[in-house]
Amino acid sequence: MGMLLCNLDSSLLELVRRTSTELPADVRNVIHQAIQREQQDSIAQNALNIIERNIQLAQERSLPLCQDTGSCLFYIDCPVGLDQMMFAEKAREAVKEATRRGYLRQNSVDSLTGKNSGTNIGIGMPVFHFHQHNSPEIKVRMMLKGGGSENMGQQYSLPMVSLKANRDLEGCRKVILDAVLNAQGKGCGPGILGVCIGGDRATGFEHSKEQLLRKLDDTNPIPELAELESTILKQANELGIGPMGFGGKTTLFGVKIGAMNRLPACYFVSVSYMCWAFRRQGIQLSEDGSVQNWLY
Amino acid sequence: MIQLEAPFTEEKIRALKLGDEVEITGIIFTGRDAAHKYIHEGGELPPDMDLKDKIIYHCGPVVIKDENGDWKVVAAGPTTSIREEPYQGDIIKQLGLRAVIGKGGMGEKTLAACKEFGCVYFHAIGGAAQVLASNIKRVRGVHFMEKFGSPEAMWELEVVKFPVVVTMDSHGNSLHKEILEKSTAVFNRLVNK
Ligand code: SF4
Repeated sequence: MGMLLCNLDSSLLELVRRTSTELPADVRNVIHQAIQREQQDSIAQNALNIIERNIQLAQERSLPLCQDTGSCLFYIDCPVGLDQMMFAEKAREAVKEATRRGYLRQNSVDSLTGKNSGTNIGIGMPVFHFHQHNSPEIKVRMMLKGGGSENMGQQYSLPMVSLKANRDLEGCRKVILDAVLNAQGKGCGPGILGVCIGGDRATGFEHSKEQLLRKLDDTNPIPELAELESTILKQANELGIGPMGFGGKTTLFGVKIGAMNRLPACYFVSVSYMCWAFRRQGIQLSEDGSVQNWLY
Repeated sequence: MIQLEAPFTEEKIRALKLGDEVEITGIIFTGRDAAHKYIHEGGELPPDMDLKDKIIYHCGPVVIKDENGDWKVVAAGPTTSIREEPYQGDIIKQLGLRAVIGKGGMGEKTLAACKEFGCVYFHAIGGAAQVLASNIKRVRGVHFMEKFGSPEAMWELEVVKFPVVVTMDSHGNSLHKEILEKSTAVFNRLVNK
């Protein structure tokens, strides 16, 4: 394969460490803007101030931003020929080591016995998504998604009579706002939504999570979806739920929507909710496996 | 900013109102799903563990042992409280708790228990693990470590100026209920319901 990747271990460990202890610039920016927007000295503003201080402290101390370091999701873009089994094994080792060092909480529980593996490794954990592409580059993105935010995910099957939501973008708007209403107070808002219109019950959620890999300040290349994103962002903030559900002007920081083909008989809208502790980071690797550059 | 210091008496708790920003100094116990279920089912607490007039914090902290073998809390934000709704009201009564700290608020049963027994619900800033950990001065002990595992164990923590907001008071008021009503009204308008 021609690639040595001898520095891969330390690069992956550093990726996990940074993902858990630092927020990317696009997320820090929206938090800072929200502080300016909230009413001076309101509970909402004070909550956001504590959040901003927390981000700073975590970075300085190199400790987890949030104690729920969530599930570890890896998204790997790689050339044909990369040994994916080797790569996944290296990533598992990095996760284990990061757990031992306290960058990650022990967060993987056997569903039948209730026993915690203590390493964050277990059946289905961490999660790997490999995407092959026609380029020699290897990019590794990581997202940590906490349980509180994961619990706020919802999947709607349209039409939905109670909301008069039909199988069109207007129907999508209604159910997505419904997901925001239901998440209030629970998912550590302000939040960010990743949404997928279409797909099946499994791919819909998968794609909705992948939307969260987009930068917050990007523009959706599909004009209808770009418009839907900005409408929902605006209307969600009109709900007045605010940071932590204390009331206030910022309920969401962003909405990212993608679409997939569906079966004629199905119309799913899958919503993944991400909390303010939006931990995602990524690296592009050089030939020897060291970090060439950071992606966020 | 209101300073609330141990001992947490009924009088001090009754004086708190919705939206008050409070800093807590004293002992708090962490407890989450396993602990609540266990206590609710009549499980016994160790004799040295007295929760009367104390505070339970819905939290699964990240705790490590430092070079000297002492426990050190490295992250300690709140977890979602509503999961304990089936148990909390009874536990407030049973143990004589004065406050519960968590996030997301709780339901009618807990609100009623707060009113009847003089207890209050404090909302901590969800996810603010580092700020909150910096307000924890010492780990006094840990209970049920073997039984429940580290995040679910009951950690006994000494806190100083731990920042919270009163979102359910002991007079039957809930900020969560208020915000839910207001936001639902806006929602209904936005979706023409
Ligand atoms: S919802 Fe997010 S910020 Fe809140 S506790 Fe969970 S991971 Fe942390």
